[in-house]
Amino acid sequence: MFIAVSAVLLVAIALGLVRAFRGPTLYDRVMAANMIGTLTVLMVAVLGFMAERPEFLDIALVYVLISFVSTIAVLRVYASRVSMQGSDRK
Amino acid sequence: MEHLIDIVLLGLLMITGFAIVRMKSLLAVAMLTSIYSLLSASLFVVLDAVDVALTEAAIGAGISTILMLATVALTRDEEKAPRHTPLLPLAVVTVTGAALIYGTLDMPHYGDPAAPVHQHAASAYLHDTPGEIGVPNVVTSVLASYRGYDTLGEVTVIFTAGAGVLALLGYRTRRRNIQGPGIRKLVVLRVIAKLFFPLILLFALYVLFHGDYGPGGGFQAGVIFATGFILYALAFGLGNAQRVIHHPLLRIMAAVGVLIYAAVGIEGILLGGKFLEYGVLADDPVTGQHLGIMLIELGVGITVAAVMLIIYYGFVSRQD
Amino acid sequence: MMQPLLDVLSWICLLGGAIFLLIGAIGVLRFPDFYTRLHAVSVCDTLGAGLVLVGLIFQGGLSLVTVKLLLIFYFMIFTGPTAVHALAQAALQSKLKPLVDDHEPR
Repeated sequence: MFIAVSAVLLVAIALGLVRAFRGPTLYDRVMAANMIGTLTVLMVAVLGFMAERPEFLDIALVYVLISFVSTIAVLRVYASRVSMQGSDRK
Repeated sequence: MEHLIDIVLLGLLMITGFAIVRMKSLLAVAMLTSIYSLLSASLFVVLDAVDVALTEAAIGAGISTILMLATVALTRDEEKAPRHTPLLPLAVVTVTGAALIYGTLDMPHYGDPAAPVHQHAASAYLHDTPGEIGVPNVVTSVLASYRGYDTLGEVTVIFTAGAGVLALLGYRTRRRNIQGPGIRKLVVLRVIAKLFFPLILLFALYVLFHGDYGPGGGFQAGVIFATGFILYALAFGLGNAQRVIHHPLLRIMAAVGVLIYAAVGIEGILLGGKFLEYGVLADDPVTGQHLGIMLIELGVGITVAAVMLIIYYGFVSRQD
Repeated sequence: MMQPLLDVLSWICLLGGAIFLLIGAIGVLRFPDFYTRLHAVSVCDTLGAGLVLVGLIFQGGLSLVTVKLLLIFYFMIFTGPTAVHALAQAALQSKLKPLVDDHEPR
């Protein structure tokens, strides 16, 4: 059962990767990265149950916090970039 | 089954690597490298390398993405077109790659218990750790106790790197707090940042002091601690973050961490042992080991957090 | 007596979560523009992730594992929507136009 869930997670990660490659805007890529972050957290949690290693959850916990901060970071950097140029792109 | 997951993850990693090479927009490349480290961290989890996975999550997906973004913000967004033909580099890479693949043919199989690496010191570490050090997490015992010299060297390297960045980038105090055009629009982010800031710091302390029992330790804890402050700086502006933790304080803290580590080593000499011998720190050698590991992890954490923040402040204070 | 019941509950939650995650991922790939794709992402972030975590909690029982899972759930419930909100805000601010149907309503 855990195997089925992790297979679904892998498929979803692959679909998110396709979106990250295709773009077309930076926001699509950030969105895809954010989604892959969520999926990775779940993947690590499920793998922890599969391998019966509950300390994997510490890693999942770090991921949740870190991937949130990096999403916010890219948005803030990009926002300051856009407001500096005063024009939009694509 | 786990092999299948390994192969799929490795395939995804390879595709991501190609996409990073092909991508021209540097911000997009920064995003993809963050995805790359998330994927490789899940690979480490599948391979049961819990401490490495935690490090990769905190450093690869978190702080290095943020620092890469801060660097891109100082330069241009687009990659320059190369001015030379790619044929010679391609040939060099192909030959090197072929040589490396040829080299792997002689390597022992994955998980082979007769591999040389499991015969030499590793088995001694695994065997002696419960009796000599009494720490459940063998990685921590190797890193902090058996290989304490190496870790001291690593912390010194990090300290030197921080000093180098400080010397190159300099540092400007932000007198006024420059706010972007849409302060109003940051309300949600600010509430969430306020809610999460203490939790991230608390979690960093948990990772620091729980390193004996689970995955974690000074390096990861320092990075997570710095990430908490970076979140604060992102939501409330760099000026406000600097009011919480001053730049001169950071410079002192970066040195204090290394000094704590070295002081623990010298304390061992003074108490009649060798440099970085923790057994003499308390009456009972195992308690001494615990105390020593705790103290040096604290030193590592302080230095790493301070250096990460110095680098972040250095980059961001230059964007105007 | 309780264990089979909990197992069934947890399987249902895990399966439901997996289905929602898959739907969300397909939506992210297939929807025509950025703002519609955001909807798909939020399905993944909240419902899909939430159900998977609840399913794991049923497996974990009363232990430290469950506390950690609840913490992850708590963080996710807050970070997911905040990230999506910040994304939409940033995209709007940079004048990324939503795809709209230009035809007059009949």
